[in-house]
Amino acid sequence: MLSRTANEVYWMSRHMERAENTARMLDVTYRMSLLPYRIMEPGEKWAEPWALPLIITGLATSYYRRYTELSAESVLHFMVLDASNTSSIFSSLQTARENARAQRGAVTIEMWESLNETWLQMRNRTFADLTSRSLSEFFDWVKDRSHLFRGITFGTMLRDEAYSFIRLGTFLERADNTARILDAKYHTLLPSVADVGGAVDYYQWSALLRSVSALSSYRKIYRDAITPLRVAELLILRDDVPRSLHACMNAIYEILQGLCDEERLEPERLAGEIHAQLHYGKTERIFKQGLHEYLMNFVDQIGALNVELNKHFLVPTYQ
Amino acid sequence: MTANPRIYFDEMRGLVGDVLPHYRPYADWIEKQPAEYLAQKRQEADALFQRVGITFAVYGEEAGTERLIPFDIVPRIIPAADWQTLERGLAQRVRALNMFLRDIYNEQAILKDGIIPPRKVLENAQYRSVMQGMRVPGDIYAHIAGVDIVRAGEGEFYVLEDNLRVPSGVSYMLENRKMMMRLFPEAFAGNEVAPIDHYPDLLLDTLRQVAPQGVVDPTVVLLTPGSYNSAYFEHTFLAQQMGIELVEGQDLLVRDQTVYMRTTRGPKRVDVIYRRLDDDFLDPQVFRPDSVLGVPGLFSAYRAGRVTLANAVGTGVADDKSMYPHVPDMIEYYLAEKPILSNVPTWQLRKKEDLHYVLEHLHELVVKEVHGSGGYGMLVGPASTMAQRAEFRERLVANPEKYIAQPTLALSTCPTFVERGMAPRHIDLRPFVLSGKEVRMVPGGLTRVALKEGSLVVNSSQGGGTKDTWVLER
Repeated sequence: MLSRTANEVYWMSRHMERAENTARMLDVTYRMSLLPYRIMEPGEKWAEPWALPLIITGLATSYYRRYTELSAESVLHFMVLDASNTSSIFSSLQTARENARAQRGAVTIEMWESLNETWLQMRNRTFADLTSRSLSEFFDWVKDRSHLFRGITFGTMLRDEAYSFIRLGTFLERADNTARILDAKYHTLLPSVADVGGAVDYYQWSALLRSVSALSSYRKIYRDAITPLRVAELLILRDDVPRSLHACMNAIYEILQGLCDEERLEPERLAGEIHAQLHYGKTERIFKQGLHEYLMNFVDQIGALNVELNKHFLVPTYQ
Repeated sequence: MTANPRIYFDEMRGLVGDVLPHYRPYADWIEKQPAEYLAQKRQEADALFQRVGITFAVYGEEAGTERLIPFDIVPRIIPAADWQTLERGLAQRVRALNMFLRDIYNEQAILKDGIIPPRKVLENAQYRSVMQGMRVPGDIYAHIAGVDIVRAGEGEFYVLEDNLRVPSGVSYMLENRKMMMRLFPEAFAGNEVAPIDHYPDLLLDTLRQVAPQGVVDPTVVLLTPGSYNSAYFEHTFLAQQMGIELVEGQDLLVRDQTVYMRTTRGPKRVDVIYRRLDDDFLDPQVFRPDSVLGVPGLFSAYRAGRVTLANAVGTGVADDKSMYPHVPDMIEYYLAEKPILSNVPTWQLRKKEDLHYVLEHLHELVVKEVHGSGGYGMLVGPASTMAQRAEFRERLVANPEKYIAQPTLALSTCPTFVERGMAPRHIDLRPFVLSGKEVRMVPGGLTRVALKEGSLVVNSSQGGGTKDTWVLER
């Protein structure tokens, strides 16, 4: 298939997945903000829950270029409706829709109509009706639209190369996001030492699990208290949790084994390497290396994989 | 033509007022439908078009502005016998136009025989000297033609324009039918409406027929200027329907006079390009050097016969308004047949006596730019103001060769659903004629309707809408 087509459908699904992840992240932030939390010492202002989305996405600098204060309202506006923020839900849905419009021939009519409908509804939302109704209702709507899109893709699309690139986009974006969410909790929301294992800590972990739809899975698997070690195992190493790093890399590695050939081997090799670390990884080792370091290394590797995809498939440079 | 411009031939009721036989089943059906039901259906149609994203981009507005082309829910119905005449007439006309193009880019017999003054062709801005002496597969230049047809007077058909460059609108023809069947499946009962859905198959088959010699399983692509082009919807639609790649200039490259597209498996050879890009932008090495939409080297590959362009380069010289008056001569010259379809009488202002007549009768004529399209830069005499006529008078005197004039046709009307119910509105028809090894078309075409009361301008850029077009099988 055309490289430009592959590139645009890949980013179409990445943006749809990103919109969903942003909604999940804001939803958990919103829930956390409803809980009484400890005001941190000076210099520890990141403990404010509404800083969480900015840390996870790495958008704090661009946020403070436009907004002076950290407030629920501003962060919501920035992450949901701000057209100048290319990662806002508004922009993500717009980009997903624009890419689908440009590549209508590569996706099914149902996929296009779904993305177009999502965009038309999003475009008509104002900040007022976002906050006047339940915020969670809006986040659920975004998630629903993403689920719907994925379901339509799964249910209507020819299993061709375009389908592979669409799936790659979904899983790369998701892997990146899960790693970032996990890292944010570990690093920024840790309450004071006295609170570890306390009610706030518990609530934060369960909110985090809920944000990646893994709370009930956790309960089913462990039937016990929530501990960082187990959360890390669940979201990093277990391959039966659909948003875990291992599950994402299973999918990515498998897709790349199908896509790569003799002339284009590097993406498959790199994915295999990342996959092996998860497949044969142990929680103790991860914590010994340091969870933050481990996760940031993973995010870098996902970035490197994206570069290889560009070079070999999406933006080839031959003349 | 007509003596009294206020009486129009109506597709449903003719000149007299009784419902014509071919409209009878539909008229019976629609009379039974409550007004609110129709109004609701019309809203539903708008919502569906918006959802499906059948929009066109508007030039001169913010980039990315998308608009719906208004869809009218009342179909334009053509009886079988009328269509048979039209079909024969269209095939004849397009055949002659292709022979004309082959001739002027090779032997130029029609010029040597004095049928058309040579300088009218050779000095025409649309004549491409780079095409001289080059043969194209099957001698076909205009693979896709969109011939604009109007009815006037007592219902006679006239050809208004031959569009042989990159005619658009066929996606609306197809989507309008889908919309009608979705909204009013019951309205089709009692009418044997000829199907049109196979147009993309015919188009693909036509494109494959004109592949370069020796290519067994040709790769066909559709070349678009990109997603900001006003017809982008149509480009994606047709590419999808034909199952071919939709490429932009940046996706193609030329190596050793061969065209390739950049794919995820490396370069892949391209044999036929259905290009929806004007000549000027095709290849910056040959045409406009500032074009970023085209492909450097494309023309050299074309000239070497390694790739087919559809339509060919240089077809504009045949659909130019200054060439239009000569089309009946072409038919007689190349085919030795009488033209089946009539031209609209045309005054050519470069002729002194024509200019004189037109200046005297500006208030009753339509004046068009020879190279204009899309309804821009024209004067509709009866609807014009003194000031507008004065302005045109100056332009005509200054550059008479740039203009032609035609009588204001009493374009036929068709019942149309407007704010206050059904009312007659003026319409035209654009059938799409495909030329490969043979000349083929699907029954009907795109009916455009001037939604403003009294307006004769049907272009979508000027407030026109579209209708489904039914050709009855008997």
